[in-house]
Amino acid sequence: MLEIKGLTAEVDGKPILKGIDLVVPQGEVHAIMGPNGSGKSTLSYVLSGRDGYEATGGEALFHGQDLLAMEPEERAAAGVFLAFQYPVELPGVGNATFLRTALNAIRRAKGESELDAMQFLKLARERMKALSMNDEMLKRGVNVGFSGGEKKRNEILQMALLQPKLAILDETDSGLDIDALKIVADGVNAMRGPNFSALVITHYQRLLDYIVPDRVHVLMGGRIVRSGGPDLAKELEAQGYGAIQAAA
Amino acid sequence: MTAAVQTGAAGFLARYQGLKDHLPGARLAWLAALRADAAAHVAARGFPTRRVEAWKYTDLSPVAQAGFAEPLTAVAGALTLPKPRAAARAVFVDGRFRADLSALNGLAYRVASVAQHLPELEGRLGALAPLAEHPMTALNTLIFEDGLVVDVPAGVDAGHLELLSIAVDPGRPFAFHPRHIIRLGAGAKLTLLETAMGSGAQYLHNPVFEIDLAEGAVLTHGRAQQEGEAAFHLSMIHARIAAEARYDTMAVSAGARLTRMEIHAALTGPKASCHMNSAQLAAGRALVDTTTALDHAAPDCASRQTCKTVLAGQSRGVFQGKILVRREAQKTDGYQMNQALLLSEEAEMDSKPQLEIYADDVKCSHGATIGALDADSLFYLRSRGVPVDQARSMLVQAFLHEAFEGLEDDMLREALTEAVDGWWGRHGAAS
Ligand SMILES: Nc1ncnc2c1ncn2[C@@H]1O[C@H](COP(=O)(O)OP(=O)(O)OP(=O)(O)O)[C@@H](O)[C@H]1O
Ligand SMILES: [Mg+2]
Repeated sequence: MLEIKGLTAEVDGKPILKGIDLVVPQGEVHAIMGPNGSGKSTLSYVLSGRDGYEATGGEALFHGQDLLAMEPEERAAAGVFLAFQYPVELPGVGNATFLRTALNAIRRAKGESELDAMQFLKLARERMKALSMNDEMLKRGVNVGFSGGEKKRNEILQMALLQPKLAILDETDSGLDIDALKIVADGVNAMRGPNFSALVITHYQRLLDYIVPDRVHVLMGGRIVRSGGPDLAKELEAQGYGAIQAAA
Repeated sequence: MTAAVQTGAAGFLARYQGLKDHLPGARLAWLAALRADAAAHVAARGFPTRRVEAWKYTDLSPVAQAGFAEPLTAVAGALTLPKPRAAARAVFVDGRFRADLSALNGLAYRVASVAQHLPELEGRLGALAPLAEHPMTALNTLIFEDGLVVDVPAGVDAGHLELLSIAVDPGRPFAFHPRHIIRLGAGAKLTLLETAMGSGAQYLHNPVFEIDLAEGAVLTHGRAQQEGEAAFHLSMIHARIAAEARYDTMAVSAGARLTRMEIHAALTGPKASCHMNSAQLAAGRALVDTTTALDHAAPDCASRQTCKTVLAGQSRGVFQGKILVRREAQKTDGYQMNQALLLSEEAEMDSKPQLEIYADDVKCSHGATIGALDADSLFYLRSRGVPVDQARSMLVQAFLHEAFEGLEDDMLREALTEAVDGWWGRHGAAS
């Protein structure tokens, strides 16, 4: 369960989030939509603890824990996962090493035993197969030379390996072809259950045909200006944000 | 009675005067003349100051101000040596060859102590090591006592050889100046791991290598500089690389308070090649310096150089890389990259690439970057649960990665990776 109350945040001294109130109960998937520059990625960074995205007020509780007081790696260990809008390339860090290091860090934090290289490879191959990813991507540098869509799949692979309790997917659908979109949606749907919740940030209703959200929120000007059921996404698709702005 | 130890060049000259009748090979006229020549150079120039262009960034005054004595001769008691990495191993303690600690039997080539074979080194010792421009070579020539002579006959694949230098004298500051003479015959091969390590005492290790590679010979030379924290490491390699021969060297500099690893290599025959990679790491107030000069003197030769510098604390790094492409060196393929990663705002890097190209049909590229750890990369790793220290370590390793590329030998790779990891273990978390 994620509870955000009156969250305000600044980037570069400029207020971006102006009082976000949002509750994502355990087991639910919520979508966030909103115009470019409205603060969606900022919200995802504030929740995952990126430097430079400082909360100036309000709170964010995750299963009762004060997220904003935690280091990024502690948030990850607590089960928060961010699929980046722009995944970072790490030249010189092998993807397999990266994935195994991350998985073992999370396992250590949970008090589970670490996986050796063989155990890891077996698991990674299994998960990659489900995402129609080529094994060869384990050998390359993290995201280095990956196409846009491959980077997004690599994010979902990380989610599938790390098994978070809360996944924040920041435009994971953009740049994906139609088949990849289904594969990624299947990957998210496979995780759905009573112990998994997600915040799905997207511009397109189409993704929400595959990942059907419990709630849809509209973020504009640093606030949630409207919330509703899955139909709200269809309404936005038809009418754009102008109508909401006028109503708000 | 003990006289006060003199400092600087005067101190070394006084030592030379006192020792010259006792130094190995003292009765060899050619060697006495060579040492006298070196004495003249040392007397005339002394230790280079920063006013000398080649030493602009590296201040030798801490070395010049220290008074160095001879290492004490025999070391009593048991020595703990690092585990051998190759079957063949030559061990030097405080600069002196120790047959009792070495393992050199049954080799298909010759490895021996320079001190014991000086008469036959006439015309060879010093042939590749000009004294005039190189004060550290002059100092070594003045007062060297020992070193390793390696001769791999034509066509022989000598496999792996370890050259271990360990400084153990716990007493007053001391200096040693080994002279290593390495020759590979036509088509011969050798993989050499050179390790330099030592105690926390203040000492100067001033090795000079003369490396001579005949046609088609291949020398792969890994270097793990892991001297004690108070040490000075000033090393020089003079290499001559004949047609189709290859000299590949990868150095990790991870110890000492002041290090300069200098290489002068000449590609003297067509299709010769040279790779000179290095990873130099410094923390605290240490200084690390990689200085190289590559002389393309023949056509169709290739050279590749990647120097990576990681600086923590208030340390300083220096890279000086000269590439000379002579008029006759057409179709030269040269590449040089030097990159520094500053882990602290107080660390400083000086870099001076220098390309002098007189041939017209050449491909030469070079580049340099200086930067801090990338915040986005660090966040990406941390957001996946990787603790911050481990994330930083992964990014430092990633930064060094390119310097290790092409290092295919497992033994060298392992030794050099451990040297980096050891440094990170001592300095990484604090930086
Ligand atoms: N590092 C930064 N430096 C300066 N301004 C920033 C920074 N990051 C975000 N901003 C600003 O904050 C505002 C919100 O940006 P954010 O990336 O959160 O928008 P978004 O809703 O994710 O947009 P999009 O749909 O285009 O991804 C924008 O005006 C943006 O320019
Ligand atoms: Mg965004």
